This record gives sequence, structure tokens and C-alpha cells, in this order.
Amino acid sequence: MSAWVTAAVQAVLVAAVAPLVIGLMRAVRARLEGRAGGRLAQPWRDLRKQLRKEPVIPADAGMFFTAAPVVLMATSVLVAGAAPYLSTAGPLPGVADLVVVVGLLLLGTVALALAGLDTGTAFGGMGASREMTIAALVEPTLLLAVFALSTRVGATDLGAIVAAGATDPARVFTPAGALAAAALAIATLAEAGRLPVDNPATHLELTMVHEAMVLEYAGRDLALVEWAASMRLTILLGLLANLFIPWGVASGAQPAALVLAAGVFVVKLAALGGLVAAGEVFVAKLRLFRVPELLAGSFVLGLLAVIASSVLA
Amino acid sequence: MTEVHPPSATAVDVTAAELPEQAARLLGGGARLAVVAAHHDLDSIRVVYLFTSGPPDQRTELHLRTNAARPVVPSLAAQSFPASRFEREMHDLYGVQPENHPLPRRLVRHPHWPSGWYPMRADAGPRPSLSGAEPFPFVTVEGPGVYEIPVGPVHAGLIEPGHFRFSVVGETILKLKARLWYVHKGIEKLFEGHPADQRVALAERVSGDTAVGHALAYSLAVEDALSITVPAPAQRARAALLELERLHNHVADIGAICNDVGYGIAHAHTQRIREQLLRLNRDTTGHRLLRGGVFPGGAHLLTVPDPAAVTAIAGDIAEIVAVALDNTLVRDRLTGTAILGTRQATDIGTLGYVARASGLPFDARVAHPHTGIDDLAVPVHRDGDVLARFLVRAEEIRASAALLAALLPTLTAGTVTAGVRQPRADRPASGVGIVEGWRGTVVHRVEAQPDGTLTRVKIVDPSFLNWPALPVALADTIVPDFP
Repeated sequence: MSAWVTAAVQAVLVAAVAPLVIGLMRAVRARLEGRAGGRLAQPWRDLRKQLRKEPVIPADAGMFFTAAPVVLMATSVLVAGAAPYLSTAGPLPGVADLVVVVGLLLLGTVALALAGLDTGTAFGGMGASREMTIAALVEPTLLLAVFALSTRVGATDLGAIVAAGATDPARVFTPAGALAAAALAIATLAEAGRLPVDNPATHLELTMVHEAMVLEYAGRDLALVEWAASMRLTILLGLLANLFIPWGVASGAQPAALVLAAGVFVVKLAALGGLVAAGEVFVAKLRLFRVPELLAGSFVLGLLAVIASSVLA
Repeated sequence: MTEVHPPSATAVDVTAAELPEQAARLLGGGARLAVVAAHHDLDSIRVVYLFTSGPPDQRTELHLRTNAARPVVPSLAAQSFPASRFEREMHDLYGVQPENHPLPRRLVRHPHWPSGWYPMRADAGPRPSLSGAEPFPFVTVEGPGVYEIPVGPVHAGLIEPGHFRFSVVGETILKLKARLWYVHKGIEKLFEGHPADQRVALAERVSGDTAVGHALAYSLAVEDALSITVPAPAQRARAALLELERLHNHVADIGAICNDVGYGIAHAHTQRIREQLLRLNRDTTGHRLLRGGVFPGGAHLLTVPDPAAVTAIAGDIAEIVAVALDNTLVRDRLTGTAILGTRQATDIGTLGYVARASGLPFDARVAHPHTGIDDLAVPVHRDGDVLARFLVRAEEIRASAALLAALLPTLTAGTVTAGVRQPRADRPASGVGIVEGWRGTVVHRVEAQPDGTLTRVKIVDPSFLNWPALPVALADTIVPDFP
């Protein structure tokens, strides 16, 4: 029972913090560029505003369009609850499995891509085609990078991997660990639609990837999509944080330990988010046809991590 | 600095049979077709073809008269691409039929406008009601995997309306068709019947970003028509205002290019510099976009900008440009994107930095000077890609700042004017003004009655000739790299 409580706490925490992570990243970037920028809670205000508005559904859109926000949100909440963010003892050991987590994230991606196609507009289709190209290159990297860590533990359960890292941090800080971290970081940026793969701040319809798919959403639906998208970024950053900075994760469900774990988790997220935002200041968006080169590079890093961890172990 | 007086145009009356031959002779001699303007006189439509070349500054007009009831002119489209555009515009506004035009489609008036009603004619009368929308004619590209992307006319960014139809295979652009003129304001008609010296405010509003360019071209044209000699200090003040306008527009463009490739920091800093320049402008003429500085007969400065401040701003911009170009991702995005070859740029008749980035060294400040300018550096690049256009803008900022550093110390605040003299002759007068605005060469041609009342103002903005280059440059570029 207590494991379910942990899962619920995790899901609520990720959902609550995710817009703030986006707000923090925007604020950091604005400050570094010499702009005043918006306030930290601005994404939350935007969500509140959009949640009050009625959704407008294009005449030609079908069930995929209406279902996608819900599917995207559901998969995000499920991953947020199951993956080891606050405690390594989750209620659904099967769902916390690496392959399942990546699969759930991909399910959300595919749902949104189908919704983009479903609108029948050129932009939706364009965004969907670009997103699937990127997803096809990112998902293997995500899998490989975490496989590199799982070979040590002998299990693909994320909880077990994080628990092993927490008990013996020396396992994480190996050449294989560093390679895997680099691969996972690049994959995270691509999956979450950040620079240099996609520009979340662009107003140019023609260059959009993620934004092009969600152009037709409005009101509550748009709020759900944006909220879920920010949760996905938080989920990936959180995984990165707990896999490679494995301190501060509770092993059970004691309230005191969970509170401490939540504090540590938020600090880790803020640090990683700030780091990503600071990095974004220095890069421009890649040419679309250069993106596969970057992602192939990250895949090779992941592959090297797997080889290193099994050969050098 | 030497005093320069722009020469008046030489006018030659031609017949329809002589026109193509005369045009071929002028074009062959290196002149460019700057203006084609129709005029509705009492019983005839008179079409004026203005050819310009320089240096030395030469302006030749061919006047062709045709029957007002059934106006027909021989098309020059085979000789000059700009001529084909002017002829389509003339057909929409005056009903002049270009004979043997390869593509006599509507240009400035969209198909839902009533046919047979020509707004610029003296007997046009009130506008009949608009008909239902007609389809947008564009060439459909067919083949496996080819699809169309309609964009606009309402855009996500704060830009003017324009509809673009991309034909795309995969991500590669096969063909782009642009439809503009959604906000055709009919400004040329608004000039008619007003005193020439009281319509400069309208000229300033032809294009918000080229307030000085259009006001100056209009003023020069009026001065040419009414034989007004402008004192040299006023001409120098005008030249300085023109460069200030170039600065604030080029720096905004440089930032926008960086922003569009996702390099936000350069954009943030160019916006900061643009704001400094706009405030400098406000102190100089009382308006952030430099309105109110130029008028027929003279110029007006509230204060003279500090040359050191301008030099410091130019240094700041140079640093941002260097930082942006040192970023390999930014440089990679700009290099080789949307190439416009020299031949293509020549054939289309492009102007301004677009032409200079494609290897054409044309600059009206050199070819048609209104004041003596020593040592103007005209930057030219040959690659014709976005990087070349970026570099031309950056180098023009440096050249403008150098020019300002030389001009500003010679200026004093206040109004310098020749006073608008009552014109001498009792025949209708015409005049031409040519100015290198920031986007390219702006040409105004005015006709006025002896008492200075405007009867016709024809405005040619450089973008009229530069827009057709966009589809050409974009062929084989991929959609997500759209500059």
C-alpha cells in the first residue's frame, strides 16, 4: 500500500514541478542573454489560463486528435509514478522496467504524431514526419545508454539500477558510466525537443518539429499537451539525475525519507535544468539533415558504453 | 565634400513600334529599367519608361502614348523581367494591355477584385462590390511524394501578410509561389490633387522601415520637378539620416537571422542595440523611425548625434557579428542556404544587399548621388547565400558608421531649407528621385501641375523587384532550413 502512496507522491511531484522546470530554464536563459525574462511560475499561469478555455477541434480531425492529449498525459503520469524518482521501491516493479518506460514514452510520442497527421494540415504532417524520424533515432539510444548500467546490476529494472548505484556509487563513475551519461543527455535533449534539435521558442512554422504537431490544439487540450511535454522533460532529466547522481533516493516509503528525497530530487532537477538552459545559450538549431548525425553519434556513445561496461567489468 | 546636383531625366517620345528597339538599346548600354508608370491624361494613357544608369548619373525616359479607351503597349517582358512585373501592375491599375506578355496574370489586385475596374484611372469612380473569391492560380507540381504546404497569409510571427505555396518532396522545396499585396494601400492615388510640399508625411508612411528613404526619394523628385536647389548642408543631413535608418534596420535583420536559426543571445543583444539607435533617432528628428527629418526643399535636425556614440554602437554590432559567426552551428546554418546566383540576381533585377550579396556592385549612393560622398565602401560578396547577405549587412553597418563619422561633424542642428519656390514654367513638370534605402534603391517619379499640385506619384520600392528572387533562391533548399 505504502508503495502506491510513494507512486502517487512521485506523480504529483513531477506534475507540479514540471512547469516550474520549464519556467526556470526560460528564466536562466533570459538572464544569460541579458533579458529580464518571465517569472518562474509563468508556465503554470499559462496552463491555468488555457485550462479554463474550451478546446477547439478542427473539423477534419478524428479520434486520434482528441485522444492524443489524454494518452500523452496518461503515459507521462504512469512513468512519473513508476520510475524511481523518490524511492527505489515502486509499486509496479514491472512498469519501472527500462524497456517499459521507454515504450511508454514512445507511445506518447506516437500518439502525438498520429494526432498531427489526423488534423490533415500540412504542418501537422510535417511535424509528425520529423518527430518520427527523430524518435526512431532517439529511442535505441535511450535503451542502450541505460543497458550499459543494467549489465552491472543484471536487471533492467530501473529501481534496481538506481538502488545499486546508491549503495555503490563507484559503479556509476566509470568510463562506461560517463559514456552512457553523455549518450542519455543527448537523447534527452532530442526527445524533449530542446536545442540544438528543435527550437521550442520559434515562431517559424516551417522549421518546427514538436510545435508543428500541436499547432491545432487549443484550450484544455493544448494545456494537457504542454503540461505533458514539460513532464516528459522532467521525467527524462529526473532519470538522468537519479541514474548518474544516485544520492538521496529513498529505499522505502518512510515519510521522512520521502520528504528528504523530494528535496534532493528538486535540487537535482533545478541544477540539470539550469545546466541545459545555460548550454542552450551557446548553440543554434542544427540543420534538420544534420540531426541524424548528432543522434547517430549519441547512439555510438551508448554502444561504446555497453561494450565498455561488459568488457571492462 | 563636393556639391552634387542630380541631373534631370531626358524625355523622349516614342511610338509603340520604336519602344522595344529603344529599350533594347538602353538596356544593352547598361541601364536598368527603374520605373514603368502609366498616366491617365485627358484622352490618352501615357506610359513612362524610366531607364537609369550610373555613374555617371544618367536618366532617360521613354514616353509612349496610347488610346485611353483601349490602351495597348508592346510588352518588354522578353527583354527585362522587371518590365514584366511593371506591366502586370500597370494592367491591374490602369487596364493597359501588354501585348505578347508571357504571363499576363493579375499581380497587385487579387482575383476577387472586380474585373474591368481600374482604380488608378481618372474615370475609375467608386469601387464596385467585390466578387466571390477565385482560386489562386499556381503551377501544381505532380509526382510521387510531392505535397503542398500552404503558409499564411496570417503568420505566427509579427510579419506582414503574404501567402506562400510550397511544393515539396520529402523536405526539399521544388517550387514556391508567393502571393503578396494583401495590404495594397493605394498610396499612389492618395497623393493626387494635393500640393507637393504637403505630402511628404504620406511618403514617409509608404514603408515604416524606410521612412527616410521614401521621404528623401519623394523630396528629390519634387525638387527635380519644381527646380528647387537644396543647400549642401541639408543634403548632408539627409545623407546622415539615410545611414541612421540603414543602421537600425540592418542590426534588426542580423538579430532576426540569428534568432531564426535558434541563436537567441545574438537576437537579444541586437534588440538592445536597435533600441539605443531608435532612441538616438528620436533625439535626432523627434521620431524613433526618423520621420520628420526630410522634406521637399530641406532637412530638419533637432540635435546632431554624437559621432563617438555611433562609432561605439558599430563596434558593439561588429562584436555580436563576430560572436555569431564564430559559432560553428550558426555559420553552418547560414552557409550555402538559399543561394541566388549572380546571373539570376541580374536577370531578376534585384537591388540592395540582395544584389550585392550575389556579386552585383550596384549602389544608388554611388550611381545617383544627391550629395558628395568621399570613399564610400560598397561591400560585395559573390556567394549569394544567407551568409553572404548576412556579411553584406554587417559590412554595410561598418561603412555607414564610417560615413556618419565623417558627415556628423559637418552638421548643425536646426532646419536648413531652400524654401519651396513657386515653379517657373507654366507647363506640367516631372521629376525623379533615386535613393539607396536600406533594402535597396527606392525610386519616386512625380508629375505636378504648374502650381505644384501633384497629378501622379509613382513609387518603386526595392522589394517590388527583390521578392521574385525568393522562390528562385529557395529551389532545392529544404523546408526546415527556410531562412
